[in-house]
Amino acid sequence: MTAYNTITFDPSRCKSCNDCDACMTACSQIKSGTDDLLYSRIKIIAGMNGSLPELALCRQCGDPECTKSCPSTALTKNEQTGVIDWDKSLCIDCLLCTVGCTYGGITYNMTLNHVAKCDMCDGDPACVKACPSGALSYVTSAGIFNDQHDREDLFVPGLSACQGCNSEMIMRHSLRKVGPDTVLATPPGCIPGMGSVGFNGTTGTKVPVFHPLLTNTASMLAGLKKQYNRMGRNVTAMALAGDGGAGDVGFQSLSGAAERNDQILFIVVDNEGYMNTGMQASGSTSYGSWTTTTPVGSEMKGKRTNQKNLAMIMMNHNCEYVATASTAFVEDYYEKLDKALAASERGFAYLHIYSPCPTGWRFPSSQTIEVCRKGVETNFAPLWEYERGGELRFTHSIDDPLPVEAYLNLSGKYRHVSEEQLQHIQEQVNERVKTLKRFAGLN
Amino acid sequence: MNSTHYLIAGASHAGLEAIHRIRLIDETATITVVTRDARLPYSPTILPYVVSGQSDPDRVVLRNADYFKNLNINLITGDELVAIDEANKQVTLQSGDQWHYEKLLLATGADPIIPPIPGLSEASFHVLRTMQDAINLRTHAGSAKTAIVLGAGLIGMHGAENLRHAGLDVTIVEMCDQVLPGYFDTRAASVIQTAFNSNGITMLMGSRVVKVEQQAQSCQVTLENGNSITADLLLVATGVKPKLDYLKGTSVQVEEGILVDRNMRTDAPAIWAAGDVAQAADFYQDKKVMMGILPDAVTQGAIAAMDMSEDYTLQPYTGGVPINTYTFFGQQAISVGQCMADDQSEELTQVDDDNHRYLKILLKDNQLQGISSINEEMDAGVMWQLILRKIDLTSVKDAFIARPLETGRALMSSTWR
Ligand SMILES: Cc1cc2nc3c(=O)[nH]c(=O)nc-3n(C[C@H](O)[C@H](O)[C@H](O)COP(=O)(O)OP(=O)(O)OC[C@H]3O[C@@H](n4cnc5c(N)ncnc54)[C@H](O)[C@@H]3O)c2cc1C
Ligand code: SF4
Ligand code: SF4
Repeated sequence: MTAYNTITFDPSRCKSCNDCDACMTACSQIKSGTDDLLYSRIKIIAGMNGSLPELALCRQCGDPECTKSCPSTALTKNEQTGVIDWDKSLCIDCLLCTVGCTYGGITYNMTLNHVAKCDMCDGDPACVKACPSGALSYVTSAGIFNDQHDREDLFVPGLSACQGCNSEMIMRHSLRKVGPDTVLATPPGCIPGMGSVGFNGTTGTKVPVFHPLLTNTASMLAGLKKQYNRMGRNVTAMALAGDGGAGDVGFQSLSGAAERNDQILFIVVDNEGYMNTGMQASGSTSYGSWTTTTPVGSEMKGKRTNQKNLAMIMMNHNCEYVATASTAFVEDYYEKLDKALAASERGFAYLHIYSPCPTGWRFPSSQTIEVCRKGVETNFAPLWEYERGGELRFTHSIDDPLPVEAYLNLSGKYRHVSEEQLQHIQEQVNERVKTLKRFAGLN
Repeated sequence: MNSTHYLIAGASHAGLEAIHRIRLIDETATITVVTRDARLPYSPTILPYVVSGQSDPDRVVLRNADYFKNLNINLITGDELVAIDEANKQVTLQSGDQWHYEKLLLATGADPIIPPIPGLSEASFHVLRTMQDAINLRTHAGSAKTAIVLGAGLIGMHGAENLRHAGLDVTIVEMCDQVLPGYFDTRAASVIQTAFNSNGITMLMGSRVVKVEQQAQSCQVTLENGNSITADLLLVATGVKPKLDYLKGTSVQVEEGILVDRNMRTDAPAIWAAGDVAQAADFYQDKKVMMGILPDAVTQGAIAAMDMSEDYTLQPYTGGVPINTYTFFGQQAISVGQCMADDQSEELTQVDDDNHRYLKILLKDNQLQGISSINEEMDAGVMWQLILRKIDLTSVKDAFIARPLETGRALMSSTWR
């Protein structure tokens, strides 16, 4: 399997633009040298009865029907780019491809007298560049998946994580990238719970792994790293910890290691609570969230206190590297992981990854990445990084965020949230961004 | 005795889609494909363009030898299925080779019908179903000046136009009063006929041929009304019919084609059929029909393969919907679904004679039954899905009637993500 770059469409952003047609004009221009929208291979269509706009565009299908209906071999899937290429010299204008396609992805142009389809502009799509609202974007993360594909997954298959678990994805991606010269600590939480430390004397991880107490993860890693250094071996001391294990119970040792700038790569998978033991609240649980210890009843309406911002606290330790990340923005995450890995050779590197939890947060398992994405796009979970001695730097624009509801609405744990609570959450998001901006030297 | 898990007879659209689907979920089982044709797979639909010279036979190979090699599929060309022993799961090929199979797919397509016209069998004439047919016709067309085409169905019309492009004077003789019956109504058909006439093709509609006589370098065709015409070249395109001699002694049930259920199973154990050879459920009525179109061969091949390989994502066949995307002399006639209204259907037509444009929409219970158009932009695939999925158009009816293209696109786009 090869992954390919792709054009994505966010109709809610498109709607706000009110028929600007910029993408279609750009396409007509670059492909046919005219402003006549008939020539555009991307078509934005007004939604039916006031619903969001729709998109007729070739999806560059993995198992394309257009190519199967083509008698002339004019249509083929390009194995390198994933684009369905059309060869004019072979085409007999039979239009059978338009029968195969369900999305209006390949259509007949009456003036050109032949079919036309999106060719992704050789990897630099003009429509995306023209789109003023960010509704269209060109996602190039495929390259990462293809690169990483050749590396070994250092967890065993069949870990018993929940369906749609973000944490499992983070673990597998991270360790694959960090590589086999690693000693891994997984303090109590979902990560060892799903079997990474193993059962019955067999391990779930293909590198040395241990199960520290919640309280001593960072200090044990610090000692191990020192011993490896003494032996002259370059080994990454890495933690994959939950937010409770890092920010509540394990905070004392974490803070100590950061203060000493010990050479550790500390990754926190933040699912806002103690999910594996039955969804109890942690210090990272956000205000208003339902958990089993912050229930929703006649008096209590979910968590009453605000979440603490562990990443910011860690930044204030002035250790080597601190960053936040999200699996909806993998390219960003991979860059940060590279930097963090390099920084962990010098001192303490801390990565805080937002990890919405389908089971504990009550959203369908297919929506994990969407929840991640909306977390970032509403500024609920802004993406930034900090390098020792420098300034905080946003790695995803914090301008023009979506209202926080766009994020809250996706999860059942916020279902009960009242107008006032909503307002409170929005204010908190705004405040947090303001604080971050100060660290970034903005405003 | 040779042995294979999957045996596929026929290497065209239905057979090729079947092996693709099997390999998607079964990487290791043995697959053997046997085709009568000595060439690597090609589409019969391309043949008229080989005749006109637009398509080069070597450039229209649907799957090259590497494809079969890489997927570890044994391709046997130039051999033919001649007998099936269903009890022992064995077939015999023309060469005498025998193969044991676990599962057999019959995707052998259809062959031209040669009508019982006196004198025809003694005359030298052409048909158009195989690459060799096309090459023969092209060679002959190079020296011929005039041609007669019997039949104004898909093959006859494509054949006639491409012979015209090759520079011949062409006459079409057709028994029906209109071209392409079943796909287009008389109004649309007459637009097509007009285009043929104005491009120098003589159309003898409603004419029955009673006699064919071979002359030294030409062929004389006598019509029922007593007129006769002579041409250097005769192309017979009066329909197709599967050749099913290999079924003798099996329990496979046959009417016009091989009768199959909605999973493309025949009545015999471990035997499936798909494509032009099969007679499968109709979409509109409770009967089984011959489809004879390429997109349906692909669909049926996929369904057969998914059933054969026990792919649990299989969705049974929803039934055949006639589809025709017909390009003629630079114009387009597109027809998806029914083209004639019945008493329960609502018919909406827009005619623009000056621009040779025409659009007809048939609705029943606010669901699309059929849509046909001339020189209108039309996404046939979108319309096909609206029909197949019985999409309720009640809330968007006005928009659909006014702008079927955009509305259809919006509806299908909303089913994505
Ligand atoms: C001139 C022409 C124009 C056409 N135009 C269109 C069009 O515009 N639109 C459209 O939708 N359809 C069109 N068609 C029809 C379309 O080509 C067929 O519907 C489609 O090819 C059917 O695919 P199939 O796999 O079922 O069979 P076929 O394509 O007929 O292939 C049959 C295969 O079986 C092999 N075979 C036959 N008998 C045996 C045997 N006994 N043993 C082993 N192998 C055997 C053959 O060699 C071949 O590989 C056209 C057809 C022709 C001839
Ligand atoms: S044209 Fe249609 S069928 Fe072909 S790849 Fe694009 S979306 Fe898929
Ligand atoms: S119109 Fe061209 S690209 Fe489309 S199916 Fe026909 S030959 Fe292939």
